[in-house]
Amino acid sequence: MGEVSKASRYLYTVIILFLIWLMLTASLDPQEVGFGLLLSLIVAAFTYEIFTTGGLSNLHPRRIAYMLAYLPYFLWAMIMANIDVAYRVLHPARPIRPGIVHCKTVLKSDVGKLSLANSITLTPGTITLDVDDDNYFIHWIWVPDEALTGDEEEHVKVASENITRPFEKFLKVIFG
Amino acid sequence: MNAFTVLGELLVLLGTFFYFLSTLGLIRMPDVYNRMQTSTKSATLGSLGVIAGVGIWALGTDFGSAAWLTKTMAIALFLLMTNPISAHALIRAAYKRGIPLWHGSVVDKYAEYLEKSGGDGETPEGGGEE
Amino acid sequence: MIGINVYLILIAIATLLSTYRVFRGPTAVDRLVAVDIMTTITTGLMVLFALYYRRMIFLDVALVYALLAFGGVIAFARYMEGGL
Repeated sequence: MGEVSKASRYLYTVIILFLIWLMLTASLDPQEVGFGLLLSLIVAAFTYEIFTTGGLSNLHPRRIAYMLAYLPYFLWAMIMANIDVAYRVLHPARPIRPGIVHCKTVLKSDVGKLSLANSITLTPGTITLDVDDDNYFIHWIWVPDEALTGDEEEHVKVASENITRPFEKFLKVIFG
Repeated sequence: MNAFTVLGELLVLLGTFFYFLSTLGLIRMPDVYNRMQTSTKSATLGSLGVIAGVGIWALGTDFGSAAWLTKTMAIALFLLMTNPISAHALIRAAYKRGIPLWHGSVVDKYAEYLEKSGGDGETPEGGGEE
Repeated sequence: MIGINVYLILIAIATLLSTYRVFRGPTAVDRLVAVDIMTTITTGLMVLFALYYRRMIFLDVALVYALLAFGGVIAFARYMEGGL
């Protein structure tokens, strides 16, 4: 991606901060909006260096479209996860078979890895234990039979297919 | 009584149900890892339900305004982003303290990985996010 | 419909139930998980209180509470991990 210009990073920070201000005040009074804009400009000048590395390319229409498509998909996965949890908690025999499995991801950026870890934690029966480069260690409440092979590569393949693959096709576009 | 209040109240009811599910999971599950599995997810969805429900419910009342909706959405987004991070920090803390997995657990690839990489379990740069 | 008071009481009962794990939990991390769940539920309770008292300003209380609880839980988790 190369070096992103400072102006682009600064502008991106201003836009995000201003959106947060609008959400929190929730008024279109010219005084409030003007002061919010002023504050965003000042705060962004101090924080843009640690706030973003991608700059305005984060607001590419393709990324925003994927983000909007990702939200309902993610909410649906979350509701499914909770029905699954309800079944396991309310069933008298407590049908659990937990274990820690090993996955690999194709995502490159740090923000992408963070959101993948968060998505995994909130969806069916999985919770991220540790992330080391592209290795994910995931506590799984019901390890299927296919993942119990002694072969390491086979195991990683099955686990990644089940856990990380569904989110990656969205997150790869959104965060790279 | 209009569509907003009914929809909002329904969401709050669902959220309350998931809250109870989460505490039940906390009480019933055998070890700390499984407790976290069942409770964090349900508590997050329950909060989403209650908070979004309040935002929509307020639209249907005489004192409510659009400000309620945006502000509750801000709280809901914040919870959605931070809850998994604290769950991750907690489960890491549990593992690093050496709390054993439940006796019914079938596989532990993390221990094998740590052994292979030769460390004593401390990654140099901490959690790796932020 | 049922009314806000009932939901307030139900959610408060859920919070009380999770204190069972705080007192009982065999390890310190168990207790911390229970506290984390309690704070999450309490945030929802505070938002509902804002609707009950019809004051929008109480939503800010819930937001700040969520922020502080998150920081506290992270700090404790790091402490238990062995390095603060």
